[in-house]
Amino acid sequence: MKPAPFDYVRPGSVEEACRILSEAGGGATVIAGGQTLMPLLNLRMSQPFVLVDINGIAQLKGVTRVEGGTRVGPATRQADALGDKTLARHLPAFITALGHVGHYQTRNRGTIGGSVALGEPAAEMPATAVALGAHIEIASIRGSRMVPADAFYIGPYMTVLEPDELVTGIVYPDWPDGHLVLFREVAQRPGDFALVGLVGALEVEGGVIRRAGIAWFGMGPTPIRARQAEAALTGASLTGIDAPGVARAAVADTAPFDDHHASAEYRRTVGARIFARCLRETLDIRSAA
Amino acid sequence: MSEHRIELTVNGHRHAALVEARTSLGEFLREELGYTGTHLACEHGVCGACTVMVDGVAMRSCLMLAVQANGGAVTTVEGLAEPDGTLHPVQQALKDNFGLQCGFCTPGVAITMAAVTRENEGAGAGQIEKALTAAMSGHICRCTGYQGIRRAIRQLAGATT
Ligand code: FES
Ligand code: FES
Repeated sequence: MKPAPFDYVRPGSVEEACRILSEAGGGATVIAGGQTLMPLLNLRMSQPFVLVDINGIAQLKGVTRVEGGTRVGPATRQADALGDKTLARHLPAFITALGHVGHYQTRNRGTIGGSVALGEPAAEMPATAVALGAHIEIASIRGSRMVPADAFYIGPYMTVLEPDELVTGIVYPDWPDGHLVLFREVAQRPGDFALVGLVGALEVEGGVIRRAGIAWFGMGPTPIRARQAEAALTGASLTGIDAPGVARAAVADTAPFDDHHASAEYRRTVGARIFARCLRETLDIRSAA
Repeated sequence: MSEHRIELTVNGHRHAALVEARTSLGEFLREELGYTGTHLACEHGVCGACTVMVDGVAMRSCLMLAVQANGGAVTTVEGLAEPDGTLHPVQQALKDNFGLQCGFCTPGVAITMAAVTRENEGAGAGQIEKALTAAMSGHICRCTGYQGIRRAIRQLAGATT
């Protein structure tokens, strides 16, 4: 037996879950798939008094189309999302990124909301939410609110989520049909967290980039939006893009750190390379088509 | 610290028990029910030795609580072979190709292979081999160097088309 003792409850509705979270006064932790939380419990890095299991709440599962976008229920399994036709059609960048999350066995249990809400800085799904301009839908007994993904993350495993709040949905805005997907990551093994990675989308019309949404993962304490690169790309004509220059601008927004896997310098150097290569390859594919 | 009454089936047999909330499914299977075929090593989701099927889906039994398996149908490595001892095709393939040495990782590997081959039933050999190979990223084997496991995968892919 590894975790410290805790109580376990399995509410049947969002209202009930919010009431439990509120009454626990900060001592409760939400579990969905548990693929990140269970290791933290087993290592006693997390020691809640109450574990609130949201797997019994039907309204937190599944993918639905909403006005101008797609809403993903936080308790939707990663494996189910990976095979979802609506997501494949509307959010190809999301699907590409999700294919790199964990392993077959952990995607079978892990959820989208778990990955998004925990905010591991080297994970794919938080950065994808930031890049695509998603909003996090949050509920508590005090009411509900929507937070833009790039304002949601404030540090490693730290978000603006209050202890009594529950993520009830992640809403991704539509990108137009035929938009381009940017994705690259460098990891030591398939399924590992990335040493460096980037994800994004480009809307191209008439040979000009109309909109760019790009974010880094593994390049700082949170997912990091490549704002300067987005600005450089928006309005640029495809023929005149200086890929290494944009890549340097993209890296300028990052704040990577040294750890036992890679130095900050390594991350910046490799980040610039993969960014430039990703841009070139993605845009060439487009012009050849 | 709460205790919960749970009911589940393991390899088709019904079990009911009182479990402490913090008991993982893997620990429950081994310590309470005696299904010691399921191995626990890292207990944080990295090695794959503990992989079992819950309602037909392969997952880590160290990353799931026993109470969360309430009402479910669990399959462990003990449930793969036929009652008369005939090995499951994945077990046979691992045996034929020296896909195991010490056998510590093997229960998890076999469960993943069984789940993936079933999910890809009727698919082409290439697709099956690809799916099996990709799913192996979720297992660590310290003995075989993986080549025997790869040969077992090729045999399985060829045999199931
Ligand atoms: S014991 Fe579960 S993955 Fe290692
Ligand atoms: S056979 Fe020994 S760890 Fe795989």
